[in-house]
Amino acid sequence: MFATVLKRFLEALAVLFVILTVTFFMLRAVPGGPFSREKDIPEATLKQLEAYYGLDQPVYIQYLDYLGNLLQGDLGPTFVYQGWTVNEIIASKLPVSLELGALALGIALTLGIGIGVLAAWQPGKLTDNLPMSLAMIGICLPTFVLGPLLILVFALDLQWVNVMGWNLPQDRILPALTLGLFYAAYIARLTRSSMLDVRSEDYLRTARAKGVSALRTYLVHGLRNGITPVVSYLGPAAAGLISGSFVVETIFGIPGIGQFFVQAAIDNDYQMVCGLVLFYASLIIVFNLLSDILLVWLNPKRRKA
Amino acid sequence: MSAHSAHSQSEAVAPRASAHSRSPGREAWRRFRQNPMAVGGLVIVTLIVLACIVGPWLLPHDAESQNLARGASGPSATHWLGTDILGRDLLARILSGGRISLMVGAVATTVAVCIGVVYGMISGYAGGRVDRAMMRLVEVLYSMPFTVFVILLMVFFGRQLWLIFVAIGAVEWLTMARIIRGQVLGLKEQSFVQAARCLGQGPVGIMRKHFLPNVAGIIIVYATLTVPGVMLLEAFISFLGLGVQPPQTSWGDLIRSGAESMEEYPWMLLFPSLFFALTLFSLNFLGDGLRDALDPKRGK
Amino acid sequence: MFSPASLLSTLCCLATLLLAGCGDRVTPVEKANQEGILLVGNGADPKALDPQLTTGLVEFKILTALFEGLTLANPETAEPEPGTAERWESNHDASVYTFYLRKDAKWSNGDPVTAHDFVFSYERILSPAYAAEYASMLFPIKGAREFNSGELKDFSQVGVKALDDHTLELSLVGPMPHFPTLLGHNAYFPVHPPTILAHGTMTDRHTGWSKPGQLVSNGPFTLTDWNLRQHVFLSKNPHYWDAEHVRLNGITFLPIAQNTEERAFRAGQIHITDSVPMSKRERYQQEDSPYLRMEPSLATYFYIFNTRKPPFDDPRVRRAFSMAIDRQAIIDTVTRGGEAPAYSIVPPATNAYNAPDSPIHEDVTAARKLMAEAGYPEGKGFPAIELLYNTSESHRPIAEAIQEMWQQHLGVSVELVNQSWPVYLDRRKSGDYAVARAGWFGDFNDASTFLTMWTGDSGLNHTGWSNPEFDRLILQAEQTGDPAKRQQVLREAELIFLDETPIMPIYFYNRIYLIRPEVKGWYPNILDDHPYKYIWLDASHE
Repeated sequence: MFATVLKRFLEALAVLFVILTVTFFMLRAVPGGPFSREKDIPEATLKQLEAYYGLDQPVYIQYLDYLGNLLQGDLGPTFVYQGWTVNEIIASKLPVSLELGALALGIALTLGIGIGVLAAWQPGKLTDNLPMSLAMIGICLPTFVLGPLLILVFALDLQWVNVMGWNLPQDRILPALTLGLFYAAYIARLTRSSMLDVRSEDYLRTARAKGVSALRTYLVHGLRNGITPVVSYLGPAAAGLISGSFVVETIFGIPGIGQFFVQAAIDNDYQMVCGLVLFYASLIIVFNLLSDILLVWLNPKRRKA
Repeated sequence: MSAHSAHSQSEAVAPRASAHSRSPGREAWRRFRQNPMAVGGLVIVTLIVLACIVGPWLLPHDAESQNLARGASGPSATHWLGTDILGRDLLARILSGGRISLMVGAVATTVAVCIGVVYGMISGYAGGRVDRAMMRLVEVLYSMPFTVFVILLMVFFGRQLWLIFVAIGAVEWLTMARIIRGQVLGLKEQSFVQAARCLGQGPVGIMRKHFLPNVAGIIIVYATLTVPGVMLLEAFISFLGLGVQPPQTSWGDLIRSGAESMEEYPWMLLFPSLFFALTLFSLNFLGDGLRDALDPKRGK
Repeated sequence: MFSPASLLSTLCCLATLLLAGCGDRVTPVEKANQEGILLVGNGADPKALDPQLTTGLVEFKILTALFEGLTLANPETAEPEPGTAERWESNHDASVYTFYLRKDAKWSNGDPVTAHDFVFSYERILSPAYAAEYASMLFPIKGAREFNSGELKDFSQVGVKALDDHTLELSLVGPMPHFPTLLGHNAYFPVHPPTILAHGTMTDRHTGWSKPGQLVSNGPFTLTDWNLRQHVFLSKNPHYWDAEHVRLNGITFLPIAQNTEERAFRAGQIHITDSVPMSKRERYQQEDSPYLRMEPSLATYFYIFNTRKPPFDDPRVRRAFSMAIDRQAIIDTVTRGGEAPAYSIVPPATNAYNAPDSPIHEDVTAARKLMAEAGYPEGKGFPAIELLYNTSESHRPIAEAIQEMWQQHLGVSVELVNQSWPVYLDRRKSGDYAVARAGWFGDFNDASTFLTMWTGDSGLNHTGWSNPEFDRLILQAEQTGDPAKRQQVLREAELIFLDETPIMPIYFYNRIYLIRPEVKGWYPNILDDHPYKYIWLDASHE
């Protein structure tokens, strides 16, 4: 057991190391550097700036410095927001993104699996077609359309909630829906398809032959196997949800971490991008691990793999 | 919406005996034909593709010629679906944008699905170290800073259409690979696979004969789910400057800019979204029909 | 268990509660009106709250509330008025200024603001090691440029002297009658030396001194909270010398933009927006909205030509391109903000400036003729060129419209290329472009802020164009003490610049925003400088 955990941990470190190295050198290959300001600055000032942040050093020295700081848990300063460190930004934005992501994930799982299971119970009936059509609409409405639409109806017209912000409990509703509905639709399609696959499996027939009720067989045994594609999908999906969404955060004015992923890359904010990549990679690794563990738990046969 | 869906139809009409008496391909086609939703989907997708290919030549308006005086006007007799902010005919722009979107949707999805399926099957079948190494590579690619990657592609190769496929292809296959691997991990311990292995069937044969048919359903569903993702990703990539550039457009681009002014000029969002949704719905029914027609267990 | 009746009554109660809740709903703006808090949409997060490091308008708006320079812009006229200095005087040719600081000027921790603080601050911003992007704002001060470039090591030789605790003398390189207007810029604001030194050395850029709880300021407000992507919250500074006249209790700056901001305004979540999305402008104008403001701004939108490379090394081609577009059509259909079409670089609203008659005008026939003379009749033989712009929702449709106009009128085909800001700027600087989008926001209310950047040695001039006569006139203007004569020299310089057309002016920006009627003491103002100490909220008429 301990050996397995250690092995997986070492693998995770290797993944982080590779992705960090690639990112680090990719960033240096983008022209313009991190100090392209709205107005131009004199060459001498630029040199001083680069010297202040150690960017006048050869790239490999910068790299070693970064690794050195990283080992002490220091992701360095951002080049865009004076006085802020990458650690501070991630730490202060993470709780918001975590909350929004968890809510959206909750919506996605409840609705998605619920609809998928319901739809596959009696394929072709109204309980299949109606919810699945709704799910398709969810897929056809990108977040940048759904978000403003929800705001127009529920915030501007009905005035039930605020149009933006992250202060009151009800401020969570619309963003979580916007983010969650798309994933819900996705999960519903996956669930339905895979539930249909397992419906005809032998063990279900056996269980039913033994006199277990049809509904019980379907929900307990069917779901256990039918859920596997969703579980595989859940690793990256959860990581994506928790690392925030550029679009949803912009539309709703939410102080999450998602906007930084795009903006820092556009600004060439080296340290910020590296920090975020490490953070996101860690999420991916953790959630993929959880998803793999869940896969084994659902079907112990996989343990041999 | 009709009360009949893909599945009930195929299950009801596929007599068990005949499944063994005909060639599997013809049998699948026969089952597909008897599914009205699937056939309808196929017809509509074909019509949309044809309209996008031929339409721009037949329309009285060019997708790129502007008429600033008629900017942002609603649907009328001259401009059936209205005009955009620069007075370009929206229908012409939707059809010519459809060329880009459909091509990107088809090519990028095919590439992503092929890579994902093969990669996932190998990883799941091989298991052990190979599996772990392959899955760690997937994790590395997942975490790659996509925006930086796109900007870099643009800096080094300039603006070229094929780069869209590289950029999209690099990310879209990853989830497919994970899902297929998860399914294969379960499948390979099942009795019929064990039996095939005992009978001396090689890995390629097992993957083709036993894994592929069993994951076909999930592949098709996932592929139809990938199409909208790919089309919207194209809009983001083009926004960053790689790929399609103004005055050319695409559905994703039209929807994105239409969403900006949905209250003032609703037609600029509504019509491109309708084409987008219609295509996706049709693809979806088409996919469901294919899935049922190809499903080996339906015949049992 | 629930009976149907009890269920029904419960539902009724719930519905009543909900409805009642809706009726009593207080919008954030109504709540803020009672509390005396101004809610401002600010477009983006400030990149810093260190007044000596920032370069943008987003930061400027916050910094004018936090800090106070020697002078303060009049809220109506933007003319300099006494700020931290209660009065000042200059010598006969306006090259040496003496400022008398208020004895009661205090930092937000109660320390007095002294002339030594200003000396420290100006040394800080000019120190080469500090690498302040806007150090050049102080270059009118004698020795400042040399100290900043490292030629001069001894700051005591720079023209900044504290004659005593409350008297500051600034010696300039030459006569500069408009110098007091510069002092309202954040580059000239003082910082609190003990706070800076408590968090690092004087020239440390990246310390936490400007964080909430640490930052000490001398303006009407003080920093209470700063959270990226959420808000900057300022509250009234009780130590401010004029605190009794400050009527707001606090200001919240929200980093929201475009549609999000406009919706927030409509729903009563903010008092003032930073801008109005292009697509929304028409509707507010049609409705004759009392909220909409469109005011001339000190800023110009233009394209630059790369004059080092063909085809734009030929002034006739540049002139032809500039004559072949319909500026008014772009304003009417794309920007929709009632902007003034631009045929010159200095905005007409600039203080005391009398713009020359521009040689650039719109005339398609003449443009075609010029193209034929340059060897491209009907656009034949014209090389494939690219129009470079930075990725943005608003630059794109303008570029598309101009692309089409050039195609139709001159028969040339131009490809659009958009890049992220750093890449775009890199290409501009290295001359890797043919035509590129550009814009300039004046730093102070004087024509020179739009003209000095085009000299041959200017780092801001990416056109490759230079003209010795132009450079000479700019230098002459810098040394001319007589205001009227100086403006005349600048005017001549602009005429030369326009005649050779290294740029294509398109329009003069308007500042377009929404503001609620309860915001009082807010005046249209060309520098977009609205001193918050004069603003108050009054919702009584509603």
